[in-house]
Amino acid sequence: MKMTDFRKDFPLIANSKIAYLDSGATAQKPFAVLECMKNFYEKTNANPHRGVYKLSVDATNEYVAARQTVADFIGARSMDEIVFTKNATESLNLLAYSYGLDNISEGDEIILSIMEHHSNLVPWQMVAKKKHATLKYLYINKNCQIDESELEKITNKTKIVSITALSNVLGTKVDLDKIIKKAHAVGAKVIIDACQAVAHMPINVSDIDADFAVFSGHKIYAPLGIGVLYGKKELLEKMSPFMFGGDMIEYVYENDTTFAPVPTKFEAGTQNVAGAVGLAAAIKYLQNIGYEKICKHEQQLLEYAITNLKKLPYIDLYCTDELEKMAGVISFNMKGVHPHDVSSLLDGEGVCVRSGNHCAQPLLRFMGLDSTCRASISIYSNKDDIDKLIEALKKIYEKFKKYIG
Amino acid sequence: MSELDELYSDLIMEHSMSGKNRKGLDHPTCSLLGHNPNCGDEIKLEAIVENGIIVDMSYSGHGCAISQSSTSIMIDTLKGKTIQEAKQIISIFIKMIKREELSSEELKSLKNARAFQNVANMPARVKCALLSWHTLEDLLQSLDK
Repeated sequence: MKMTDFRKDFPLIANSKIAYLDSGATAQKPFAVLECMKNFYEKTNANPHRGVYKLSVDATNEYVAARQTVADFIGARSMDEIVFTKNATESLNLLAYSYGLDNISEGDEIILSIMEHHSNLVPWQMVAKKKHATLKYLYINKNCQIDESELEKITNKTKIVSITALSNVLGTKVDLDKIIKKAHAVGAKVIIDACQAVAHMPINVSDIDADFAVFSGHKIYAPLGIGVLYGKKELLEKMSPFMFGGDMIEYVYENDTTFAPVPTKFEAGTQNVAGAVGLAAAIKYLQNIGYEKICKHEQQLLEYAITNLKKLPYIDLYCTDELEKMAGVISFNMKGVHPHDVSSLLDGEGVCVRSGNHCAQPLLRFMGLDSTCRASISIYSNKDDIDKLIEALKKIYEKFKKYIG
Repeated sequence: MSELDELYSDLIMEHSMSGKNRKGLDHPTCSLLGHNPNCGDEIKLEAIVENGIIVDMSYSGHGCAISQSSTSIMIDTLKGKTIQEAKQIISIFIKMIKREELSSEELKSLKNARAFQNVANMPARVKCALLSWHTLEDLLQSLDK
């Protein structure tokens, strides 16, 4: 198997012997991003939008350019449709407060999938409780996929469908096209949680006709603390602001205020400009490689990992058996051994995986599980990482087998 | 995996797998649920406390080998003790996990619970070892009220 080596681009990976298999939690950062941010702080740092001096204008220009890069990246029609946030969680909270509370009434229905991360679930519980609306879930079948019959839950009572593009626990890709068409047919708005997906596959919000989409920069090799909310301009314009303060205003009187046009209306206070600049650099890094290459590399690796995990009879895998319908993450358990013990001992072997409920308690409960181990891959992952994981699992099993019988 | 290897000793593994302290009590006088929301571990402690003495204890729930064995060994260590003695030993155990210095007398009072000494060097697992001890501490505290 021949895989392109992206490892040299990532200092933490290149300089370390660990097998980092937790990129689904946060990805490591390439030189291109680190250099770009260093450059910004060394040469361009100023508070954008406020100064008339050249340095501030330069900072503003970089911030605006970053917004355009994000807009082009996800196929938005205009950069006015891109709001910078702290992360996907903030983007989803913004939607719950500014869109949900104003557009959901008693008896309305909000549709989620059972695979949602808590960040795309708890905010909608808040809206449903406050507005006496109903939350409904699209469940998965034994093959970790949503059956088409589940989509019948989308009815003319449905006002919002908020759904992940890729499960952070199972790696299941969701057929967004069908869901969006069905939702639009009944007049509902669709929010795409692209947080896990965007590192592994292209998301074009115009092609799929998403009303809103969110993701975090740090999962696509950008710095921590920068996230994105995409929204159709006509929807963003009708929404109330989420946070109030500097920059997001037009005129402020003693007792009243008018607000700036979108997207500034949703960006109160001094923004994370270096984060936005870093995100733009990460996007350019991704685009330079291209999704075709990324997908090929990651899918080959995923197949290699699954094939080898399946050879271990004491490992349970939690994923679909159709490889082309998954990406990025593999959940598994060692029979009879708690995932925290497995991940602790994997750490002892230099293998970093996550264990726990992966911020998806309703999904794990639905599947009858308390927790799983999760290995997640990215462009810098390689066959060696997977070999280390497999060898370490064998070693752990040897140690535990006398107790588990 | 030397330090980890030591931690996952026969004593700890056997306690974690054995159901000996999961027997359940017919008429517990008190009980409390302890949980680590971050990892999902849940342990319910039941106890029979009579005349200020912990006559019997049992636990149920789920969690990793460290949290399960720590609970089971705690029960063996504290059964038959007075509430005051138990509180004292709990505080010694917590001190050990926090890497505070212990006298040889204190260390001795922990009996098999000394097996968790190495957890002090594994910050990610400290909460696993402490879950049931903190839960029992809260339970005993509630009896004073």
